[in-house]
Amino acid sequence: MTKKDVLLNIRGLKIEGKSGDDWLAIVNGVNLTLHRGEVLGLIGESGAGKSTIGLAAMGFARDGCRISDGVIEFDGTDLREASQDQLRRLRGKRIAYVAQSAAASFNPAHKLMDQYCEAPVRHGVMSRSQAEKDAVELYRKMQLPDPEGIGFRFPHQVSGGQLQRAMTAMAMSCRPDLIIFDEPTTALDVTTQIEVLAAIRDIVEQFGTAAIYITHDLAVVAQMADRIKILLKGDEVEEADTETMLSAPKDDYTKSLWAVRSFQRAEQAAPRDKPVVSLRNISAAYGPVKVLDDISFDIHPRRTVAVVGESGSGKSTAARVITGLLPPTRGEVLFDGEALPPDYRKRTRDQLRHAQMIYQMADTALNPKLTLRRLIGRPAQMYLGLRGRALTERIRELLDLIELEPDQYIDRLPSELSGGQKQRIGIARALAAEPRFIICDEVTSALDQIVAEGILRLLDKLQSEFNLAYMFITHDLATVRAIADDVVVMQKGRVVEQGPKPEMFAPPHEPYTELLLSSVPEMDPDWLTKLLEQRSRKGLPQSADQ
Amino acid sequence: MGFLIFLFWAAITLGVAIAAAWGFRAVAAAVTRGEMRRALRNAPLTASFGMLVIFIYLVVAILAPLIAPFPERTVVGSQFIPWSAEHWLGTDALGRDMFSRMIYGTRNTVGIAFATTALAFLIGSVFGLLAATVGGWLDQGLSRLVDVMMAIPSLIFALLLLTIFGTSILTLILVIAVIDSTRVFRLARAVTEGVVVMDYIEAARLRGEGLGYLITREILPNVTAPLVAEFGLRFCFVFLSISALSFLGLGIQPPTADWGSMVRENATLITFGDITPLLPAGAIALLTVAVNFVVDWQLYRASGLKE
Repeated sequence: MTKKDVLLNIRGLKIEGKSGDDWLAIVNGVNLTLHRGEVLGLIGESGAGKSTIGLAAMGFARDGCRISDGVIEFDGTDLREASQDQLRRLRGKRIAYVAQSAAASFNPAHKLMDQYCEAPVRHGVMSRSQAEKDAVELYRKMQLPDPEGIGFRFPHQVSGGQLQRAMTAMAMSCRPDLIIFDEPTTALDVTTQIEVLAAIRDIVEQFGTAAIYITHDLAVVAQMADRIKILLKGDEVEEADTETMLSAPKDDYTKSLWAVRSFQRAEQAAPRDKPVVSLRNISAAYGPVKVLDDISFDIHPRRTVAVVGESGSGKSTAARVITGLLPPTRGEVLFDGEALPPDYRKRTRDQLRHAQMIYQMADTALNPKLTLRRLIGRPAQMYLGLRGRALTERIRELLDLIELEPDQYIDRLPSELSGGQKQRIGIARALAAEPRFIICDEVTSALDQIVAEGILRLLDKLQSEFNLAYMFITHDLATVRAIADDVVVMQKGRVVEQGPKPEMFAPPHEPYTELLLSSVPEMDPDWLTKLLEQRSRKGLPQSADQ
Repeated sequence: MGFLIFLFWAAITLGVAIAAAWGFRAVAAAVTRGEMRRALRNAPLTASFGMLVIFIYLVVAILAPLIAPFPERTVVGSQFIPWSAEHWLGTDALGRDMFSRMIYGTRNTVGIAFATTALAFLIGSVFGLLAATVGGWLDQGLSRLVDVMMAIPSLIFALLLLTIFGTSILTLILVIAVIDSTRVFRLARAVTEGVVVMDYIEAARLRGEGLGYLITREILPNVTAPLVAEFGLRFCFVFLSISALSFLGLGIQPPTADWGSMVRENATLITFGDITPLLPAGAIALLTVAVNFVVDWQLYRASGLKE
C-alpha cells in the first residue's frame, strides 16, 4: 500500500477520563492506521477503551473525557486541530457512526426517512427527493422488507434487527469514507445478527468504505474484518491480519481470548432421581396475549436444562411461571412431585427457599444501597434463622465459595464491584438460601467472555458440590454447549424440540433448531460466506421474522 | 455613584459571608471527629455558609429569652420609634420592640415551619411508598384522593380549612401539613414506582419478605435522596405559606411574634422609606437559601454525583 491510501492515521493517542478531581488514563498511546476500503476489527473486554477510540476517530471525546495527546489524522486533516465547524462538515458526510443500540439512537419522534435525509440534505450532498430515492435504494440493498414503505415508519414500528440495518443505511447516506460500527449486533439475537452482519458486509464491500468494527465477539469480527487489533485496558496487545490472528496469536492474552469457548462441562450420567421441578402443560398469557402454549419439561437434580430461544420466545416467561410471578392460565408446576401454588404469595417459605433465581443484570438485581453482608446475609437469616456470629460465619463461607476474599469484600457496596463480581454476589445470594433448584436467567450475557467463562465454571463447581438443579435461560448456544445436559428449544411460546444435549447437537434437527444452530458465528473467517451460500441453495429462511 | 456604593457593600457582604463560612467550616471540622469530620472538611463553602446560618438561627431560637432585650408581647415605647441605641430596630405599630420580636419570631416561625414540613413528609412519604409498593386499589384510591385535593388551589384550600377549624397553631400545622403532603405523596410515589420495578425488589418479594421490610429496607434507602432534596424546597414553601396566611390574618395569631405578620403589621413604614418591615422577610429569605445550600450538598454526597 502506498502512503496515499492511508485514510485514518492515529499516532500515540492518549485519552483521559475524569474521576473525582483526577484525570485517569483510559487509552495510553494507541497507534492505528486504516487504509481506504479496509475493515479493522477492534476487540477488547469492556473498559478496554475500544468505544472511546472509535469516537476519537471522529475527533470526538465523550463528556468527562478528553483527548490529551496524540495525532488523529483523517485524510490529511488533523482532527485535534480542526475547528468545530470543520468537524461538523466531516461528521455524517465523510465519517459516519453506527451505535450499539439502534433503538436508543434513533429519535423516536421522527420517521426513519426524515432521519435518513437529514445528513445528506444538511451537507448539501443531495436534495430531499434525491435522498428519498437513494434511501429506498439502500434499504433494498440492506434487504429490508418493503423498502419503499419502511422509511415512513417510526422507529418503534420496526424490529430491532431491521432498525440496526436502517441505521447502517443511514450512515451510508452520504457515502462516507469511513464508518465506525460500535458493537452493532451485540443487542441482537443470533438469527437476526446474521442478517445484519451480511448486510453490513455487503454494503461496505460494494461502496469500498473503510470501517472500524468494534466488538467483543471474536467470531463476529472474524467474519467482518481484514485486520484485527486487540486492546486491553487502553493498551494495544497485538495487531495482525485476521487469518494470522486466528491461526497464530502471539500474545498470551489473545490466546486466552481464543480459548474462552473451550470450556466444556463433564458429561453427566443419565438422570436416575426423580425430577425436582416439572412443568406440566403450562400455558400462560399477559392479558389477552398468549405467551406460553402447552409447555412441559423436567429438571433433574445435578443436571442443567438449557432453555434456548430468541427474544420473545417465552423462555423468561417460563421462569416467571415457575417462580410464581405469573400464574399460568393452564397446567401446573410440580416440585418434588407436588403441585406448587401458582401465585408466589401463596407459597410456603420452604417452597420459596428451594427455588432461587439469578438475574441477567446484576446491576438491577442487587440493591445498590445494601452492603454485601446484608445482601447475602438476608436469605440465610430469613430462611435458616442464622444470627450474629453464625450469620457472619456463613456470609464469609459464601464469599469464599464465590472466590471473593471475605475480609476485603464483606462490607462493600455493589457499586464497588466489577460486573463479574456483582454476578458472583447474585450467585451467593441464591446459594445462601440453600436451595435445590436455581434459575439462571441469561446470567452471562451481560459479561465479557473471559468473565462469563469464570461464572460458568463457578456454577458448574457449585452444582456438583450442592447437588443443584439448574434451569439455564440463554440465547447463546456457545453457553449451552458449555454447560447444558438437556436442551429445550423454544419458539413463539412453544417447545420446538427437547432432549439430552448430545442428541440435540447432532442432526437431524427441526428446521428452527437448525436455523439457531447454524446462526452461531464460528471463528472461521469464511463461515458467513459459506453459510449464506448454503442457505440460499437450500432456500432456508434467512431469519425467523421474515 | 449610588450603584458603586451598592457594589461596594455587596462585595463586603459577600466577603464577610465567605470568611464566616470558611471560619465555621474550620471550627466545625476541629470539634468533630471521624467520618463527620472528613465530610465537613470537604464541604463546599456554600454548604458551610448554610450550616452556619442554620446554626445561628437555632441558637437564636433556643436562647431567645436570653438574647432579646425586651419581652415579646409588651408595649415598651411609643409607636414606630426609629432605630436607636435603645431600640435597635425601632418599635412596631403598637410600640413593641422590633428586634426582640424578630428574635422570638425565629422560634415561632421556624419551629412551626419545621414541624409542619416534617409532618407533611411523614404523611406524604408513608402513603406514597405504600401506594407504589402495594399498587392496585390502594394506589388508585390514594392517588385520586390526592388529585382531588391538588385540584383546589392550596392557599384557598388552607384558608377554607382554617376558617372551618379555627386558627390555633395546632390546626395551622395540621392543615398545611396535610395540604403539602399531597405534593410529597406525588413525588414519593413516582420515585418509588421507579424502584419497585427493579429486579432486586422482585427478588425480595420472591424471598417472601413482608411489606414492612420491603419498604423500609429495600425501597427507602433508594428514594431518600430525592425526598431530602424535596424537603429543602418544601420547607421554604411551607415557610412562605405560613407567612402568607399570617399576612392574611389566618396564620399565627397576634400577639405571637411571627415574621409573616410582622411584615404585614408594619408594611406602611415602607412608604416612608424605612426598610424595617423588610427585615423579617429577609430573615426568611436567608434561611431559605441556607437550607437549600445544605440540602444540595447532602444530595451531592448521597447520590454519588462526585464520581
